[in-house]
Amino acid sequence: MAMNLEKIRDELNQAVPGAVVDRDGNWLVLDAARLQETAVHLRDGMGYDFLTHLSAADYPDRFEVVYNLYSTRPDLQGPGIPFKVRIPDKADPHLPSLTSVWKSANWQEREVWDMFGIRFDGHPNLKRILLWEGFDGHPLRKDWHEPYYEEEHKPYSSRWPNPPNPRPRSAEERVRWRANLRYPPDFDPANWEPLPEVDFVPGDKIQVNGLETDRILLNVGPQHPSTHGVFRMILGLQGETVTSLYPVLGHLHRNHEKIGERNLWTGNVPYTDRLDYICPMYNNFGYVVAVERMMGQEVPERAEYLRIIMGELTRVINHLLCIGFQFNELGAMFTPMLYAFAEREHVLDLFEEASGARMMVNYYRIGGVARDVSDEWLKRCRKVVDRLERKIDEFDTLLTDNEIFISRARGVGAMSWQEMVNYGVSGPLLRSAGLQYDIRKVEPYSIYDTFDFEVPTHQTGDIYDRYLQRLAEARESIKILKQALDRIPARGAIQAGKKPWNPKVPAGELYSRVEHPKGEYGFYLVSDGGTNPYRYHIRSSCFINLGALEAMSVGHLLADAIVILGSIDITLGEVDR
Amino acid sequence: MFGLGLLKGLGVTMRHFIESYLYDRKPWEPRYSPEWLARHQAIEGKGLFTIQYPEQRRQVSENLRFLPMLIYDETPDRPRCTACGICARVCPPQCIWIQRATDDKGRPVARPAGFWIDTTICMNCGSCAEYCPFDAIKMNQVHEIATPDRDRDLFYDMKKLLVPAEYYARLHPGDYQAEEAERRAKEAARQQVKGATR
Repeated sequence: MAMNLEKIRDELNQAVPGAVVDRDGNWLVLDAARLQETAVHLRDGMGYDFLTHLSAADYPDRFEVVYNLYSTRPDLQGPGIPFKVRIPDKADPHLPSLTSVWKSANWQEREVWDMFGIRFDGHPNLKRILLWEGFDGHPLRKDWHEPYYEEEHKPYSSRWPNPPNPRPRSAEERVRWRANLRYPPDFDPANWEPLPEVDFVPGDKIQVNGLETDRILLNVGPQHPSTHGVFRMILGLQGETVTSLYPVLGHLHRNHEKIGERNLWTGNVPYTDRLDYICPMYNNFGYVVAVERMMGQEVPERAEYLRIIMGELTRVINHLLCIGFQFNELGAMFTPMLYAFAEREHVLDLFEEASGARMMVNYYRIGGVARDVSDEWLKRCRKVVDRLERKIDEFDTLLTDNEIFISRARGVGAMSWQEMVNYGVSGPLLRSAGLQYDIRKVEPYSIYDTFDFEVPTHQTGDIYDRYLQRLAEARESIKILKQALDRIPARGAIQAGKKPWNPKVPAGELYSRVEHPKGEYGFYLVSDGGTNPYRYHIRSSCFINLGALEAMSVGHLLADAIVILGSIDITLGEVDR
Repeated sequence: MFGLGLLKGLGVTMRHFIESYLYDRKPWEPRYSPEWLARHQAIEGKGLFTIQYPEQRRQVSENLRFLPMLIYDETPDRPRCTACGICARVCPPQCIWIQRATDDKGRPVARPAGFWIDTTICMNCGSCAEYCPFDAIKMNQVHEIATPDRDRDLFYDMKKLLVPAEYYARLHPGDYQAEEAERRAKEAARQQVKGATR
């Protein structure tokens, strides 16, 4: 890795003189003035075309914007190029935008602007994305504090009340209604008008099939049953055809990352459950893998097997559920979805016994898992896996040949994998368009490299292929589950060494990614050597996949736009964080 | 043939429909009886997946956790808790408050004078029980706690939190026995060491 980085540094400096100014651990530090030029060379000249992660960190003397670039070329898949740009000017931080090189930078740069106030010159639409315009300040800056701010880090000392007034205050008392509201100085809420973000002229007459009609603007959501949570789209319509689509996010935003910076390293595990609440096990997985990589922590074998079993069970139910929801949107109201939910019950029963909770599992620990499972549990798990295998076949019979489904789904929402890569789309979506790219294979974590499984792909990336892709991947997960259940050591430790409640993580920073059921799931962590993360960022697969929604939907019918949204498979808990 | 795929799918739904009435049907047994549902909802089962809540309730796993509770062995005024504060420190949403008791001279003693949990912000993660070195805080399973007044009813103090060890033993028999076995083993080892030094 280190050798490789030196080579890349030399090559970059040759192509773009002065591109790399420094090296910081495993990260290359690029010159901001030559950033766009360098990015183009990285993409076109060197084959690193997949910008998956873009984020920032606030240090006392500078901002740093970090990028993680990977390649989809078969010979270069695997470890990518992490690079960063330093911005010493804290008063007016700005940087050239990479949106013209990678469309995946679009939303992520908007998020950085939203959270850190770093401007990206040349960005086509640099507006807040998770917060609204009436929000005061940029919350992930270290000097920003919420109105009910207690202390920089947990644990809070107010948890030891003093004898004169020993009654602690409830959450209600601490956060008085309206006391947590603050506007920016130049913002007047009474005169604020949220303008539609799509090009729309009232009274704009157009001809559709010989009829004169208005172009219309349609608001979908945020509380529409088929928007997968609180998600809002502003659609520009010409007749029934979508001409523009503007997603409005952030209704579930809770500043997860700021909370994460306050928490102990261990305390973040239950918080990750709440991200993608369909797959809490895999959220835990991604987080503990990232922290273990930072600490160089080993994990006992039995714990690794348990992690894989829980993770792949999650993947199966996520894919079945996604298919179920998909059919809700297609109008097959609730029958496939409830069949999927019935299967999920069995898996949740297993989770309940193993972890103590059905959804908010809090099961993975740094260096192991929380509880061991009994032999009886493993036997039951085997039965559930056999059942799931049968049920996947049943879904296949129920839906795959359905003519109505085929006529609704074929060719709808299709996108080439090259374009998807440009948008940063990952996971089943990307593979359904034909690119064989699975992090479990290209950059194996845990013990995935010891399992025998395929990475299925399909060709067109339309809704039908996405459906087939999810079924195929669920089948592969069953294969992994069977191998894991056969090979799991009968006895053994489930936790490496002692499990401290406040582990210290050595100073450093890293970006670590796993193959979440929904796509690439990354954690960007910075530690200053203490018991709390200095920076904690989640590269959410749903959020970035959603960035391609407009390009997938434009030109399709209104009813199809809803189905395309469903086929992206988002969970708003993770999109909004 | 066009329409065959549709018919195939409808065949599946038809089978589900019939199974929800007739799967493993015993003529003398009423529909929705607990035995009938248990067979339907077993891993090998087919048919109906719903229960008639609140008349019927799911059998929950003994490992299920919901809100924390404090354990006492003999009397409620002598809880196992030593007010060491690890639970309050490890609690992710910081919903635990502890006040340490003092003796007559004002020196702190290993006993809580007050213990509060704000259950409105408790996230049911179970970290307090997991990291408690004295097995003093465990997870309760009472989860039907809806109330019209959250300030009054959802802010738990010691009186609400304390439960006898027998209650815990009934709720989590597996965990309780494992802990007792471990304690006995430790006790035996200590006795042995004592015997050897003597």
